[in-house]
Amino acid sequence: MTNGEITIGQGKNTSVGMALGLRVGFFLVAIAVAAAAVSFVWTPYDVTAIDIASKLIPPSMQHPLGTDHFGRDILSMIMVGARYSLVVALVAVSIGAGIGVPLGLLAASRKGLISETVLRMNDLVFAFPSLLMAVMITAVYGAGAINAVIAIGIFNIPVFARVTRGAALSLWSREYILAARVAGKGSFLISVQHILPNLGGLLIVQAAVQFALAVVAEAGLSYVGLGVQPPDPSWGRMLSEAQTMISFAPWLAIFPGLAIMLLVFGFGLIGDGLNDHLNPRIRRAR
Amino acid sequence: MALLEINDLNVSIGCTPILNNVSLQLKAGEVLGVAGESGSGKTMTALAIAGLLPASAKLTGDIVFDGTTVSDANDKEYCKIRGRDIGIVFQEPMTALNPVMTIGDQVAETVRIHQSISRRDALQIARETLAIVGLPESRFPMNRYPHNLSGGQRQRVAIAIAMALKPKLLIADEPTTALDVTTQAEVLALFRQLVKDDGIGLILVTHDLAVIAQTADRVAIMKAGEIVDMGPVGEIFRDSRQLYTRALLANTKYVPLRTTAREVGPEPVLEARNVVCEYAGPRKLFGKAAPFRAVDDVSLQVYANENVGLVGESGCGKSTLLRTILGLDRAQSGEIRIFGQSFPDDRQREMKQLRQHIQVVFQDPFGTFDPRWRVRQLIAENFYLLDAPPTGMEARKKIDEILEKVGLRSSDASKFPHEFSGGQRQRIAIARALITEPAIIALDEAVSALDVSIRAQILDLLADLSDRLGMSYLFVTHDLSVTRSITDRVLVMKDGRIVEQGPTADLFARPAHPYTVELLGAIPDIDRALQSASPE
Repeated sequence: MTNGEITIGQGKNTSVGMALGLRVGFFLVAIAVAAAAVSFVWTPYDVTAIDIASKLIPPSMQHPLGTDHFGRDILSMIMVGARYSLVVALVAVSIGAGIGVPLGLLAASRKGLISETVLRMNDLVFAFPSLLMAVMITAVYGAGAINAVIAIGIFNIPVFARVTRGAALSLWSREYILAARVAGKGSFLISVQHILPNLGGLLIVQAAVQFALAVVAEAGLSYVGLGVQPPDPSWGRMLSEAQTMISFAPWLAIFPGLAIMLLVFGFGLIGDGLNDHLNPRIRRAR
Repeated sequence: MALLEINDLNVSIGCTPILNNVSLQLKAGEVLGVAGESGSGKTMTALAIAGLLPASAKLTGDIVFDGTTVSDANDKEYCKIRGRDIGIVFQEPMTALNPVMTIGDQVAETVRIHQSISRRDALQIARETLAIVGLPESRFPMNRYPHNLSGGQRQRVAIAIAMALKPKLLIADEPTTALDVTTQAEVLALFRQLVKDDGIGLILVTHDLAVIAQTADRVAIMKAGEIVDMGPVGEIFRDSRQLYTRALLANTKYVPLRTTAREVGPEPVLEARNVVCEYAGPRKLFGKAAPFRAVDDVSLQVYANENVGLVGESGCGKSTLLRTILGLDRAQSGEIRIFGQSFPDDRQREMKQLRQHIQVVFQDPFGTFDPRWRVRQLIAENFYLLDAPPTGMEARKKIDEILEKVGLRSSDASKFPHEFSGGQRQRIAIARALITEPAIIALDEAVSALDVSIRAQILDLLADLSDRLGMSYLFVTHDLSVTRSITDRVLVMKDGRIVEQGPTADLFARPAHPYTVELLGAIPDIDRALQSASPE
């Protein structure tokens, strides 16, 4: 009652700033999506064509971002590489959320054996570092983009399960959940109709963070040669190949690195912005 | 000379004016009550004096404390005054204390921030202060943690922190609102004693006029950021010329008009037989934990057309009993019957059939709705209980009708709950409970969180609905004045048992059990307080 008086007017100023962040985030991700889409029909140069004569050219009019040690155009490679980064991130996060969120909801609604089983399985997955897990999977089933996606996806499951369970548990103690129980609804209906929508903002933020991490993870796997296989270009492998030449051809590392950073940054901004935008209470203040 | 003087204080946040030309004085050894409904600016006034306004607030006017103008002091200067010269006590004793620090250390901490003395001396001051507020070290060792203490004892620790440096001014914002009536009486008596013994000035901010009548010397009534009425308590409460003050007083003592000639049905609508509810006690490393018995062999009946009150202080088991009655928790033994039928063990369908006859309105009008649902969906949720839920236009019509029945408009159905005030939300909650046409509605502290004027309206609505629809109510509450105004029969609960029950008028006139006597004596009552305060 009286506490309410203190918070008057909050959210008004921040929501405008967030809306700007949201727009910038969408803009950055849109660039990546557009680059990936355009690369299917057109790239400045063929990414697989090797042209030793024009190797290691610094950024210039012919090659806006320069060329690598095989004479391949960096801009073209980044455009094609965007496809892999986006698809890997999207599929990996979908696997994680698609399995993790239901598990988390289940663990929150049922106490006892089910909840414990879910949590201990989470611990099991958590116990292995994500990269090690990916190395294990690709070592057994072979290196490649699909196995990399599966490895990153599996690592995402416990993250989503945990976040969902934690937040759902606090929602379960709310009065409106009691009211729904008085209305005769069981734990499945309550989870789907009340808990999940109220977790929406949180999960979207988490998804954006995981998107960013998945982009980095894919880059990391490709960096050690376990992700996207040559001759398909990948941002991560471009970085790893640039490593030995960074002193005399820094553009080889700068541009793929910048691409990774801006995409991760874009997803982060989207996550933050959507969280505010989806909350009806803050939306009203705008 | 006045200890505190406020002249033409204006506070605004953004473009919204919060306080408007507030002026008041406080002498040492005096208690000033600041009363008003939520949003009237009473808490903001207290925060302004303590220099705790949010950073976005703009302040004009003078606040003169003890001869120095503090209204333009910066935060650093204020930190010196706060704690040393101005003590502050907030509403919630659960959150005002640090849960991982012993009570002695918490009091000593305040001392050491303001005085450069040794830990030992600070603890000595803490020891003395805790003894003054009624927590002597012999019974409450200083190495206790807040969770070892009850709500009232925690509030005493909070007061001890505020009092440790013998401030000249104490600001208490709703200090007893979260406490039980018997505890409230103790804390208020403690305040009076501190003011009398140490000659401090006390500003008591509360929505409860009875608390002010009992404690304060002078009172300021606030409305929409302005002080509309101010003067000695006796004068203001007996014959104020201000209409608003009179309305506030009338609402505080409000009794809804009820048609008394309602026939009480012969068969109980709701019956609880020998209900026992136990919780697992604190887990022990070895051996079995002793269960805690929250509800101990309780039986009660509610007949058709009857309003029954279940009163008791926090922790007496009334909420557990209510959850069991609603079928949310299972009783260890005993049974709940609705229309003679007991809750089935695990059959969803039969459970639903019984549930449509008993519905509930919860205390918190802000937490009782899913914030992402519209009013229409929220009310329609209870259709789930019906075997043949109405659909489409029929459902729409029913929801519109029920909204009008509780005093809202049918156009409100498409709004979100946050677009309504607390009182309106409580109306929506009542509408949701009514939609399945239940025989009995349980009201879990349903009017406790509301302002007095809104409370009067909701009580009217409830009385009117029960007359028209022939429903029974089960009021579960700690608020005895509401119980007195609207129930036919009262049950008094203590430590999981029902210690006394009887018709409301008889029980309030001639309480038999000593606990009931204590409970009734502790209710702050305006008329009684005014009589005892003025010997003339």
